[in-house]
Amino acid sequence: MAVEARTLAPPPGLKVAEELPDVIPARKPLKGFWGVVRRRPAAALGGAILLAMIAVAAFAPLLGTVDPGELAPSRRLRPPSADFWFGTDMLGRDLYSRVVYGAQVSLVVGFSVAVLASVFGLAIGLVSGTVRWIDGVVMRLIDGMMSIPPILLAVALMALTRGSLQNVVIAITLAEIPRVARLVRGVVLSLREQPYIDAAIAAGTSTPMLVIRHILPNTLAPMTVQATYICASAMIVEAILSFIGAGVPPITPSWGNIMAEGRALWQVKPTIVFFPAIFLSLTVLAVNLLGDGLRDALDPRMAKSL
Amino acid sequence: MPLLEVDRLQTHFRTPDGVNRAVDGVSFHIDKGETLAVVGESGCGKSVTAMSIMRLIAEPPGRSAGEIRFEGKDLLKLSEKEMRKIRGDDISMIFQEPMTSLNPVLKVGRQIGESLRLHQGLGRAAAEDKAVEMLRLVGIPEPKRRAGEYPHQLSGGMRQRVMIAMALACSPKLLIADEPTTALDVTIQAQILDLMRDLKQRVGAAILIITHDLGVVAEVADRVVVMYAGRKVEEAPVNDLFADPKHPYTRGLLGAVPKLGSSLDGEAERLAEIPGIVPSLKKKIEGCVFASRCPDAEDVCRQFAPALEEKAPAHLAACHFSNRDAAEAAA
Amino acid sequence: MTAPLLEVNDLKMHFPLGGALFGERRYVYAVDGLSFRVERGETLSLVGESGCGKSTVGRAILRLLKPTGGQVVLAGKRIDDMGSAKLRPYRRRVQVVFQDPFSSLNPRIRVRDALAEPINNFGLAKDNAELTRKLNMLMDKVGLPREALGRWPHEFSGGQRQRVGIARALAAEPDLIVCDEAVSALDVSVKAQIVNLLGDLQKELGLALLFISHDLAIVEHMTHRVAVMYLGKIAEIGTKRQIFARPRHPYTEALLSAVPTPDPLAKRERIMLKGDVPSPISPPSGCRFHTRCPYAFDRCKSEEPRLREVEKGHEAACHLNDRDAQDNPLLSGARA
Repeated sequence: MAVEARTLAPPPGLKVAEELPDVIPARKPLKGFWGVVRRRPAAALGGAILLAMIAVAAFAPLLGTVDPGELAPSRRLRPPSADFWFGTDMLGRDLYSRVVYGAQVSLVVGFSVAVLASVFGLAIGLVSGTVRWIDGVVMRLIDGMMSIPPILLAVALMALTRGSLQNVVIAITLAEIPRVARLVRGVVLSLREQPYIDAAIAAGTSTPMLVIRHILPNTLAPMTVQATYICASAMIVEAILSFIGAGVPPITPSWGNIMAEGRALWQVKPTIVFFPAIFLSLTVLAVNLLGDGLRDALDPRMAKSL
Repeated sequence: MPLLEVDRLQTHFRTPDGVNRAVDGVSFHIDKGETLAVVGESGCGKSVTAMSIMRLIAEPPGRSAGEIRFEGKDLLKLSEKEMRKIRGDDISMIFQEPMTSLNPVLKVGRQIGESLRLHQGLGRAAAEDKAVEMLRLVGIPEPKRRAGEYPHQLSGGMRQRVMIAMALACSPKLLIADEPTTALDVTIQAQILDLMRDLKQRVGAAILIITHDLGVVAEVADRVVVMYAGRKVEEAPVNDLFADPKHPYTRGLLGAVPKLGSSLDGEAERLAEIPGIVPSLKKKIEGCVFASRCPDAEDVCRQFAPALEEKAPAHLAACHFSNRDAAEAAA
Repeated sequence: MTAPLLEVNDLKMHFPLGGALFGERRYVYAVDGLSFRVERGETLSLVGESGCGKSTVGRAILRLLKPTGGQVVLAGKRIDDMGSAKLRPYRRRVQVVFQDPFSSLNPRIRVRDALAEPINNFGLAKDNAELTRKLNMLMDKVGLPREALGRWPHEFSGGQRQRVGIARALAAEPDLIVCDEAVSALDVSVKAQIVNLLGDLQKELGLALLFISHDLAIVEHMTHRVAVMYLGKIAEIGTKRQIFARPRHPYTEALLSAVPTPDPLAKRERIMLKGDVPSPISPPSGCRFHTRCPYAFDRCKSEEPRLREVEKGHEAACHLNDRDAQDNPLLSGARA
């Protein structure tokens, strides 16, 4: 490869080092999409599944579904067939349509909780990590909240209100905020040890500007990773809430309440539980794979070892 | 036969943006009982060379080629099991940061004893006795009490002594020391260098010391290899290297280090600089690796990589012009 | 006579150790009664081994820490007890360059914005045109291409980042720059570039430098005066020639002899110190150095030596200097 570049023969008497072989065959570095797929196949798979799930939820009416709430007592508990791909439930509703529409609930809850918990947790964590006297108060409060498992907290909060999608989101968000706030506070405290923060203080930057310009942008990477795990956890908590009847109203199909309804017939018609369970597991797995990929990509130590 | 012969060693790493040719064709040897220093700046491949000898390069992303003959056996061809027997027994290594290479939950006497039990088949009691003896050898006061302590209870200098005791426990034939004093304070560094000189005479192991500090080189080395951008650019006995460096990079390095006591009168002179920065190793470098920063580089340097030539007895340098420079300087 | 640029009087920095709910609260005596002055345009170096408190002094002068005792006087004004609003105009006059070129620049801020930050904060540019002119001038001063203003920190090598760090310090147009191990982490060839740059800038701009370092060869090359610190106190302070040629404290003497010389033929008469630096939590009684001192005698264990003048501009804290010259081992082995 280097031979063409060398148009001249070395002058006589010049001692030239011998050419050495390539130990590792050169491979064209793949940038962009295919580069990501090759370097992080698991994350790419997760992304693909999640995108497919989002498409399913968004285009639910176009995917050969019928009204998921349509009752038809005459065709109860049919097995999967060409007409009813996943079969029907004990009220004769089309299970395929119900599972596809159920994706909407899961994804809406997952994403809303991830975004809301991140925003509030970020705000609390930033203030707590910056202002010392607030830190003492807020962290004791958060320690208290963290001693209650998030699922129990969400169940307790739902018991106080009416079952609706909005309330489910609020309950799960409240239960998740402490975890984010803790994480952000930890990141802020470690960032404050960085020399560039000291240099910025010496350069006359005021505390609010210090937080906005120097600290906030550096918390976003770990925050994004955490948000994916919160998204996954929120989907599971939502399913649990709906399963025990404390979640979205039963009229709205959700993977949790479909499974709850199928539970009684688990021995005879396992498909009713099986399909929503598979969808839930796949989606949660996809989000987690994506989160792991993000974590590795954003962690400089991991990036170096590539 | 030399104790260790490294022959055209190449260690490359696959990275997302190309193959990093960290070590690219480095050859040298170490005789029994000799101290060889490999000196160079960060990224020159000196630590990767040491890790390659110990076969500690993770594969993938890395891979080594060439030959590393230790007492005639090519280490690169040994199985992992055979290599484990050599590591810590015939060849052992000490690192820059002793805290990260000591197990924090094991007492230091136990840690030294472990490798004795593993490699020399000593019983527990015999191994711990030997460990205390090793701690005494490296100058740790009250070795019996110290053997019962955990690494975090020791100071940085003490930990480095423990590392050395551990490395020497099985009487290795070769000790590889990767920046052994870089993390230490200057008075502690002096103690450790003293200890290494003293131990070399008493134990008789050959030492391969990796460092960026020319002061350390001058203090302990018999011979020196200078590395730059993954290549060996010069090799010479220590006195010859400091008295008459043949490669422009070595000359630049020596000029860039201020000497204590040299600028006490009047204004200090400017230090000699090597302009520019080290080239990326992710592209194959045409011609001499130092050409982009060399004050004497000509077209021929940018086209043809110079071979190592013997410019004086036992003094090798990879430069097309170093003889000419000497002649010009004399004229 | 005008006041010195910086005057530090009996500076104390004691850090409480956490978790002392019961019993007496313990402290780390990081800096314990330190006094020195820095004149305009001069370099004073603080040298000593890790844990001697030299970096803490720098942070206290920068008011990144609030001193627990003593005074820091900048251009005639006490700044150690100022509130943050009043402190602002004084912050501009003292800037800092740190050791690690990788963590001293915010990875998410472009060079242009990093350099503009102090200029904007202190209102040093009237309009955008002046800002751009100043930014270009800064890049010229530290020897970086002007195009590099648009780049991110990770696009630079270690030495280039250190140049950006210096440019950021210069942007505030300070009188004093604290260089906290500013060249210690750099490779030999790059270190020489940065040392030369700092020297040139000092001459050109009349800057004072507080050069905190453990590298004595570099210090000798750069500095006008030196203060040697040991366990939070000054052991000896004087001009470069006084300290390096005629040290009057055994610690300085040992420190100098421990530096490895890049010359295999050099004669080495090394004074080997015993053991390690004691903990600053419970410093030794009397002279803090007596546990390692090769010349220590009874008085050193009980009575703390005061810093006193041994010749003009040269102060040392050692009882040996009370003796006659022929009985003082520090004077018999004078180097130059």
